[in-house]
Amino acid sequence: MARMRMNQAIAAAIGDEMRENPDVVTFGEDVAVAGGPFKTSDGLLEEFGPLRVRDTPIAEMGFMGAAVGAAATGLRPVAEIMFVEFLGVALDQLVTEAAKFNYLSGGTVRVPMVMRASVGAGLGFGCQHSQVMESWMVGSPGLKIVVLSGPGNAYGLTRAAIRDDNPVAVLEPRILYAVRGDVTTGVEGIIPLGQAATLASGDDITLVSCGSTVRTCLAASADAGGWTADVIDLQTLQPWDVEAVLSSVERTGRLAVVEECPYSGGWGADIVAKVVSDSFGDLKAPPIRITAPDVHVPFGKELEQRYLPSSEYVGAQVSELLATGESPPHWWERDGALV
Amino acid sequence: MSSEVLARREAVRTDRTARFERMVEIRALEDAVRGLFAEGLVHGTTHTCQGQEAVSVGVAAALRPTDSVCCTYRGHGMGMALGLTPQQVCGEIMGRVVGSIGGVGGSMHLCETSIGLLPTMAIVGAGVPVAAGAALTAQVRGTDDVAVAVFGDGAANIGAFHEGINLAAIWKLPAIFICENNQYGEYSPIAATTPIANIADRAVSYGIPGEVVDGQDVDAVNAAVATAAARARAGDGPSLLEMKTYRYAGHSRSDTAPYRPAGEFDRWYERDPINTFGARLTSEGLLAPGDTDAIAARIAGEVDAAVDEVKGAAAPGVASMFENVLV
Repeated sequence: MARMRMNQAIAAAIGDEMRENPDVVTFGEDVAVAGGPFKTSDGLLEEFGPLRVRDTPIAEMGFMGAAVGAAATGLRPVAEIMFVEFLGVALDQLVTEAAKFNYLSGGTVRVPMVMRASVGAGLGFGCQHSQVMESWMVGSPGLKIVVLSGPGNAYGLTRAAIRDDNPVAVLEPRILYAVRGDVTTGVEGIIPLGQAATLASGDDITLVSCGSTVRTCLAASADAGGWTADVIDLQTLQPWDVEAVLSSVERTGRLAVVEECPYSGGWGADIVAKVVSDSFGDLKAPPIRITAPDVHVPFGKELEQRYLPSSEYVGAQVSELLATGESPPHWWERDGALV
Repeated sequence: MSSEVLARREAVRTDRTARFERMVEIRALEDAVRGLFAEGLVHGTTHTCQGQEAVSVGVAAALRPTDSVCCTYRGHGMGMALGLTPQQVCGEIMGRVVGSIGGVGGSMHLCETSIGLLPTMAIVGAGVPVAAGAALTAQVRGTDDVAVAVFGDGAANIGAFHEGINLAAIWKLPAIFICENNQYGEYSPIAATTPIANIADRAVSYGIPGEVVDGQDVDAVNAAVATAAARARAGDGPSLLEMKTYRYAGHSRSDTAPYRPAGEFDRWYERDPINTFGARLTSEGLLAPGDTDAIAARIAGEVDAAVDEVKGAAAPGVASMFENVLV
C-alpha cells in the first residue's frame, strides 16, 4: 500500500509492467523527456531509456497507427492521447483497425495495445478540451473501455489494461490526476477488467457511476438524509459488469445512472435499457439518468460547475425520485433554470 | 495449407520463373473473379489488380517471411505473391470457409501471419503508420526484420501517409513505404488530386531516399525493394518507393472506367508486365519458346480448378460472427 496521486499511480503501473515485460513500450506527445503533460509517465524515460519510452510528433493518427502495428507484431504499446479530443484524428486506428484485427485475421493477430487519454471537464479548458467522449468508443466491438475514478483503481486497472490481449482504451478524468489516495501496488493490486466495484452499500437506490461521477455519487450518498444507496463504480465500461448492477437493483428496486457526458447517446442509456429489460419486475420506480445537458462544455467556472452533475444535484434528483415515485425533470428542463 | 503457403513464399523469393508463374496466376484469378461476379456468385464488391502484378511479385521477391507487410483492399495480388493460394484468396472473395480468414472478411480482407501478411486494411492510408509500428517492433526487439506498407497513389494525399512516414523517418525505423501508383485514386486521375508528377519526390521532406521505379518490370521492383530492405536492415531508416504501374480494371467491380482516355489502356498494355517478363525470360533462355503459353494454359486450368473447389466449399456458420471479437 502506498499513498500517491492518480497520475503517480498511472506512472507506477506503466513502470511496473515495463519492468516485468520488455515488450511494453510507451509513447505519446511529451511523455518521455517531460514525463507527460500530466506527469503520468514521470521517470519512465530515465529508467527504461529512449528505445522504450518515446516522444512523438503531434500526430495522433501516426503514432496510434504505430501502436496498432507494434501490438500486432508482438509489443505491448501504451500510447497516450493528451486530450481525448485529439483521438478524433486517430479514431480509425483504434476502432476500425485495432478493434478488428483479431477478427480480420481469423484470430491469429492480437492487438494488445492501450490507448490512454485524459478526459472530462472541471479545469476550465473550454469545450474542445473538456469532453469525455466514451460515445466514440462504446458500441465498437473488439475494444475494451476502462474509466479511472481515482488513484485507488488507476494503478490496478492500468496494469490490467496493459496485460490484456485486446486493445483497451483507458480514460483518465483529468480533474482526478492530482487526487491523492491509498494504492495497493504490486501484482495483488491488479484489478480485473470487466468487474465493477461496489463502494458503498445501501437499501433505497443503486447509483451507477464511473470516472469523475464516482466521487460525486459517494458524496451524494454520504450527505443524503433519509435514504441510503449502493454506489457502483463500473470501472470497465465495455464490457460492463451486468451482474453487479442487476443484483444490486434486485435488492434496492431503484436505479440512477450518473454520467459526465451529455444526455444523448450516453453510456447510461445502455445500463438503463438492460435493467428495464431484464429486471423490470424488481423496479419500484422508473430508472433515471443524471447527466450533463446536450450542450458544449462551458468555459467559465460557474457555468462549468453548473454543467457537471454535482453531488447536491444527484442528491436532490434521488430524493425527488424517492418522494414522488416519478422521474424528476433534468435541471435544465425546470422552469426558470435558464435565466 | 501452411507448408504449401511457405513453399509458395519461398519460390517467389528464389526463382524468377516462379515469379513469372505467380504473375500469371494472379492475372488468371483476377480475371476469374470478374466471371464469378457475372455468375452472381460474389456478394459485395471487389478491387482487382490486373496490370499491377509485377509490383506485388517484385516486392514479395525481395522480402523475408519474417518481414511484415501492410497491404490494402486491392490485395489479392500482394497476398498471392507472398504465398496465399488461389483457394485462400478466392475463398475469401466468395465468403467460404476455405478463405484466408475463414470467409468472414470478403474481398478486401486477407491475412496470413506465417508469411508476414498482416490484416489487409480497407481504409485508405491506414497501413502506412501501422507499418511504422511493425518496424518499431523490429527496432525495439533488435531483429533485422523490416516492415512494408504497400498503398495506392490515392493514399499519398491522406494524413496517415505523412504522419506514418514522418514517424518512421525521425525514429529511423526499418520500414519501406511502397506507393503503387496505378494512375487513379478511385475514379480520379492522379493529376486531378496530386500537384506533383512523382510521389517519390515527397521523400525529400522526410529526409529519406525516394525513388521512382518501373512498376511494370518485376526485376526492377525486386531490385529497388532489395536495396531499401538492405538499408532498413542495416539501421539506416525507411525509404519511399513509387512504383509506376497501371490499373487495367476500374476501381471496383461497379466501375467500368469510362473516364479513361482513349488509347491509354493500349499504351500501357504494350508494356504488360507479364508479357514483357515472359519475353525476357525467353530471351535469357530460362524459358523455351512457347513455354509462356504453356504455362499460362496450365495455370488457367489450375485456377479454374481452385475456383471450382471454392464453389463447393461451405460458407461460415452463424457461430463465426461471434468468434474473434474479443480475445
